[in-house]
Amino acid sequence: MTTIESHKVATDSGVGVSAQRPDAIPKVTGKFAFSSDLSSQNMLWGRTLRSPHSSARIRNIDYSEALAITGVHAILTATDVPGKNLFGLEHPDQPVLADDIVRYAGEPIAIVAAEHPEIAAKAIGAINVDFEILTPLVDSEIAITAEPIHPEGNVIRHLVIDYGDPNASGELIVEGTYEVGMQDQAFMGTESGMAVPSSDGSVDLFISTQWLHSDRNQIIEALDLPEDMVRLTLAGVGGAFGGREDVSMHVHLCMLALHTGRPVKMVYDRNESFLGHVHRHPAKIWYRHHANRDGRIVKVEGKIILDGGAYASTTSAVLANACCFSTGPYNVANAQIEGWGVRTNNPPCGAMRGFGNVQTCFAIEAQMDKVATALNVDPIELRLRNALKTGDKIITGQIITGAAPVKEVITSLAGHPMPEPAEDNLLARPGGTGRTSDQKHIKRGIGFAVSIKNLMFAEGFDDSSEALCRVNDGAVAIHTACVEVGQGFVTLVQQIAEEVLGTSDVEIIPADTSIGSAGSTSASRQTWMSGGAVLKACEAVVKNLTEQIEREEGVRYQNIDGTLVSEDGATTIPIGDALRGRSLEEKVVHHHAPTFPLNEKGQGNAHVSFAFAAHRAVVDVDQELGLVRVIEIATSQDVGRILNPLQAVGQIEGGIAQGLGLAVLEELIMKDGVIQNANFTDYLLPTALDTPPIEIASLIEEPEPGAPFGAKGIGEPPTISSTPAIVAAIRDATGLDLRRVPVRPEDIALE
Amino acid sequence: MSDITEPHLMVNGTKFTIDDSWLGESLLYTLREQLGLYGSKNACEQGECGSCSIMFDEALVCSCLVLTGNAVGREIQTIESLAPDGSLSDIQQAFVDVGAIQCGFCTPGLLVTIKNFLESNAEPTDLEIREAISGNLCRCTGYGRIVEAVRVASKASEGTEETLNDND
Repeated sequence: MTTIESHKVATDSGVGVSAQRPDAIPKVTGKFAFSSDLSSQNMLWGRTLRSPHSSARIRNIDYSEALAITGVHAILTATDVPGKNLFGLEHPDQPVLADDIVRYAGEPIAIVAAEHPEIAAKAIGAINVDFEILTPLVDSEIAITAEPIHPEGNVIRHLVIDYGDPNASGELIVEGTYEVGMQDQAFMGTESGMAVPSSDGSVDLFISTQWLHSDRNQIIEALDLPEDMVRLTLAGVGGAFGGREDVSMHVHLCMLALHTGRPVKMVYDRNESFLGHVHRHPAKIWYRHHANRDGRIVKVEGKIILDGGAYASTTSAVLANACCFSTGPYNVANAQIEGWGVRTNNPPCGAMRGFGNVQTCFAIEAQMDKVATALNVDPIELRLRNALKTGDKIITGQIITGAAPVKEVITSLAGHPMPEPAEDNLLARPGGTGRTSDQKHIKRGIGFAVSIKNLMFAEGFDDSSEALCRVNDGAVAIHTACVEVGQGFVTLVQQIAEEVLGTSDVEIIPADTSIGSAGSTSASRQTWMSGGAVLKACEAVVKNLTEQIEREEGVRYQNIDGTLVSEDGATTIPIGDALRGRSLEEKVVHHHAPTFPLNEKGQGNAHVSFAFAAHRAVVDVDQELGLVRVIEIATSQDVGRILNPLQAVGQIEGGIAQGLGLAVLEELIMKDGVIQNANFTDYLLPTALDTPPIEIASLIEEPEPGAPFGAKGIGEPPTISSTPAIVAAIRDATGLDLRRVPVRPEDIALE
Repeated sequence: MSDITEPHLMVNGTKFTIDDSWLGESLLYTLREQLGLYGSKNACEQGECGSCSIMFDEALVCSCLVLTGNAVGREIQTIESLAPDGSLSDIQQAFVDVGAIQCGFCTPGLLVTIKNFLESNAEPTDLEIREAISGNLCRCTGYGRIVEAVRVASKASEGTEETLNDND
């Protein structure tokens, strides 16, 4: 068990220290090139015409007037898509450009390339689309049986988990319905990129994304080009959080560049960014928990509806997560769970940090508190009595073989000191200086929640990663297609290479599609997958090096802590020194342990590994005004092993802030399928005043078998149980039920 | 056209002549697309996120809200002015040292804001720090390391002052 003792970059090297990010200096001097900072000689600017309607038939598109504007070089519509006019992350069901029907407000209809962004905008305004407006289907529950809005039907996935005895019942039953609003990833750097055509008809795309190869595979289908004619290079990414996992402008940029023969750049403004990527699935959840007087959860019944919006994106996998972990980090012997991922005319929903676990965790943890109240048991004690441990089964029948220190995260957090009583400082009050909360109306509340998250992709998907390690006279170069979105993978690459190869002379070759796929930067998987690939590639270089030296010297060598020692003990050579004067190159593909599909009863070994976290929130609430101030969040997390303490803290603090956003601030407000607040004035992100100090009670280091250095992914758990902990704290302060997130002022003041 | 009538911008101590067709654009757009100063970022274009923060004479402003025409004759300082000779300022160094950087998109605007803040409040409390940076949105860090960086940099500033006082 380790706590973070030092919050400063270390001077030591290798794995386990807070090494400095290789991109730190460019990022603090403003020199780091984000995708929006790209430019090229002779470049045109692209722009997208999007549907203002959530459901409509396109009768006609007339762009003759727009095309006549001086400086407009191309206007393209569905008929100009060279290949299949369909894309999709898991399954192609979404048009590159809408042809006859638009199914969500914001769906792309036409694209323009012009000399200047203002000219492009003017051209967009001059395109006349004749719509026949249809009644949108916006209720996810009604969608299950409603007239299909897409040829593939409205139910994207229906999943049943039938585990244990369906007739089991407990001495006590607690029931509840819950709702989760639509959250947005709201990464700071909006979608942007540049496509550069070549004379041979091929194209280079420089783009901010999460998964270069998935993008490439979707683009080539739409462009009808072979794989080697579309080359992707990662451009600087300004955050992602799931929102860049789907294709956005990628095909559009390539089409415009190939059509005009000139480089084309696109940058979405904030409004368009909200329309141009998927969101977190809104959820409706019903639970019935059966418990015995001894405090054991006997059975959980649940129904979960996720609103996937107009197109599938990752709805199927998000639903699987929501259902597989619908009983939380608890050992539950019987479960009857039914889930639907449905299609509506709301904006498409897909990946966001926490991926399905966020929605159900909010509801489960509320249920656990209700069970505790009904049993008159301390809520922390109830969680401890039911906590999963290694060797237990989750409700898919899968046995947890790796580390599962659920009890440890709970007890270490429960024992952490509480914050000081409220400070009488206007800045510290709910609502801050701009509001009028009165100290005597402020009540303090405390809430506790625990979560489970699967790491890596699931249900039989082999999301492998490839890495190349090249040594040239002692200088190391590492190449992967792993996308750096800000999480610090580039730091880990240097640390891993340094740890294995004993040199700090490590260059990172930019991520692109000239090497094999690294899979997505999502699912808390890149440390394990691409970190694992880099580790194996470096180890392969050491093996190769050792064999070379053995051949040269006719004596066997052993690698002892980074030093090659001859079997007679006469010669010792540090690996870093041995690499000088040599050229070596190894490329490896790293796979995680195989997973399997869920059967018709929702049973199967569908997941690779699990990570756990607990959060404790302390809030001050002015119930009269409905204002909440989160005073402190404390956390303990199961991390396997910490590879870079500062980066671990950064992931935890950042993830918790997003959980706080869902708890009390962030929601895309919909009206007839149209987003009403697609800007930063009305979509409220947590500021530094909304976000409290984060206390890390404990990071539990129980190495995970199969993971590089035993390290589990740490990006997602902070976002999952922080939300229910905050809402539990508001319930504690107010006595209200609060079945929906985000909790709005009116949910508190008007109840 | 004589030099006197030709519009120019004074940015980071350098005089840039600009075509008058840019006077109607936002200063952020002109800095980035005309002057090639890409350090100031565009994340909302409505003054909510602070990613484009610059110094406009003595005032901290969002450059997305300033008309280029209004910037003529003013002293503009951008992120590019913080380490003019390549050596990092205290706050830049603190960001690097305490891990205040993730994706880095908000970083330039925050640094301009914090530099200005520390000039007026050398020994801020944590709440004052949080208030000072509450106009700069960051989606990655949860602000913890950023607040820590300001603490570290403010101590550094304090140290410098003490040295000056000692010399007095």
